[in-house]
Amino acid sequence: MTTNSLSRPTSSSAEPPGSGSRRRPATAMRRRTRPGRIAVYVVLAITALIIVVPLAWIFLTSFKTDFAAINAPGSPWPKPFVFDAYHTLSSGQQPIFRWFLNSLAAASLQTLIILVTASMGAYALARMEFRGKRIVFGVIVATLLVPPVIFLIPNYLIVQNLGWLDTLWAVSVPGAAGAFGIFFLRQFFVGLPTEIEEAARIDGAGDIRIFLQIVLPLSRPAIATLAVLSFLANWNDFLWPVYVLLSPDKLTLQPGLSVLQGAYSTHFGIVMAGAVIASIPVLIIFTLAQRQIVDSVASSGVKG
Amino acid sequence: MVANSALAPLVPRGTRPGGRGVHRKNATAYLFLAPFLILFCVFVLAPAVYGLWISLHIWNPLLPNQPFVGLENYTQLFTPGSLTSGDFWESMRATGIFTVASVPFLLVIPLLIAVLLNQKIRGGTVFRAIFFAPYVLGVAVIGVIWRYLLDPQLGVVNHLLGLFGLTSDVPWTVDVPWVWISLVAVTIWWTLGFNTVILLAGLQGINKELYDAASVDGAGAMRKFFSVTLPGLRPVLSFVTTVTILASANMFGQSYLITHGGPGHATRTAIMYIADEGLSQNQMGAASAMSYVLFALLAVVSLVNFRLQRDKSE
Repeated sequence: MTTNSLSRPTSSSAEPPGSGSRRRPATAMRRRTRPGRIAVYVVLAITALIIVVPLAWIFLTSFKTDFAAINAPGSPWPKPFVFDAYHTLSSGQQPIFRWFLNSLAAASLQTLIILVTASMGAYALARMEFRGKRIVFGVIVATLLVPPVIFLIPNYLIVQNLGWLDTLWAVSVPGAAGAFGIFFLRQFFVGLPTEIEEAARIDGAGDIRIFLQIVLPLSRPAIATLAVLSFLANWNDFLWPVYVLLSPDKLTLQPGLSVLQGAYSTHFGIVMAGAVIASIPVLIIFTLAQRQIVDSVASSGVKG
Repeated sequence: MVANSALAPLVPRGTRPGGRGVHRKNATAYLFLAPFLILFCVFVLAPAVYGLWISLHIWNPLLPNQPFVGLENYTQLFTPGSLTSGDFWESMRATGIFTVASVPFLLVIPLLIAVLLNQKIRGGTVFRAIFFAPYVLGVAVIGVIWRYLLDPQLGVVNHLLGLFGLTSDVPWTVDVPWVWISLVAVTIWWTLGFNTVILLAGLQGINKELYDAASVDGAGAMRKFFSVTLPGLRPVLSFVTTVTILASANMFGQSYLITHGGPGHATRTAIMYIADEGLSQNQMGAASAMSYVLFALLAVVSLVNFRLQRDKSE
């Protein structure tokens, strides 16, 4: 894989045939020897180091003693290599593993709600003709451009009236109402070929069967991408949970990190261990689904 | 941004013409849409309207009643010396400073990296993944780790500067202008991969033959960049510019965690002030009015940006 051509799973964006870079060994060989190419690699490598070194440094700091984290910040290597910070976190007053489970539950529930509601709705928008379709779709798309702060205070009151403040529901249900998921899947469904569906319809299949047995299986890559993006977005959400979750055992990890920062203000090693714990699931997901995540972002601008 | 032909009717062949078939079709469609629409109405449409209603009241949930005051919350914001206007516009100023200081870097650096990645190089996908990686971490993680790395006394950055014989007491998180440099730099570090990936896809969509034609005409690398790359990238660049301006104008977590809005209230952004005023100080009416003023300003900025981009491409 020498080329970096993007394959786009969201095939609704029309990619002109042959736009992927073709490999031309002769030119590539000649070009690679030019000093310009070396400069390109040097700049990219330095940028990569600027990205990676702080992350690695934080990871290593979480294995330092409390004393070393503060008094010897200049050396990345933990000497001695200890699990003190993690031990303090697991035995301290801050229930970080509870937060971890809360985050896991909230992100999973929200992802599930988005997948079910968005796929059903997107099927109607992509495949059915009905009164008010243009208006419904127009309003959904228009809300994509509204800054989230508009919803902050009224949604706080709505969640309060539902009795959801300080519960899992507050951090999983309202966020599932966003327009992104249904818009994303609708664009994908529109790009699917209709022949199979038409054949099934002639054979007497109804909308529910066509949706469940044809459209959903064909859309597995798009649904998987949406699942990953939804899970990450919820896992990383910060402003909303800071204000709607109040009791220490109800927090998710992101507002929890802010609490840790206050509780261990100068015990940086402990806070860094918390940051590592909050990052591990996200980095695992990114490693496994790197291409889907990056490609879905890449195609967002080209489609526009 | 909405795709075009998709709205063209896709009437299934077997459908009977006439009233009952149409009614059934409408019913089926809305049944499929119902789960989403219920959520959407309760948590998106209703709050958008409810927020406007709240902004017309002195709305303090701790008080027994919420008196209607008309547009007073709005006029207060534009009356110098009122309770809210000073703090609000100070926070808007902070948001403005951050947006103006961050957006150019958030466009130029990713563009340069994307151009480099677009050369035929080995390991392009690996670089792309590395540059994107910080973006998948939440702002809370980014905030606490850089709060540590940039700590003026105990942090790594100052310590390393000292080791290199440079000044080791830069007030990264506690004094202007350093707080702005920190917030902008951290944001670039965190999000550069996002714009890079979009711009790279845009570059790969530019017709290769245009470059060949430019070469035939004797254009050098710089000339090609300005005559082929930039014009070809315009739609994508316009999208990225809008998204980046909106993201910067909505900055909250970095200030909240790295500078705590300080020194004083220098880095308290509009979002930070609105959330605090509405949800911590219980001034929900005033805070809702502020969120709509911010929304209106952002809409104007997006519109101006959109018009500028369109005029240029004509």
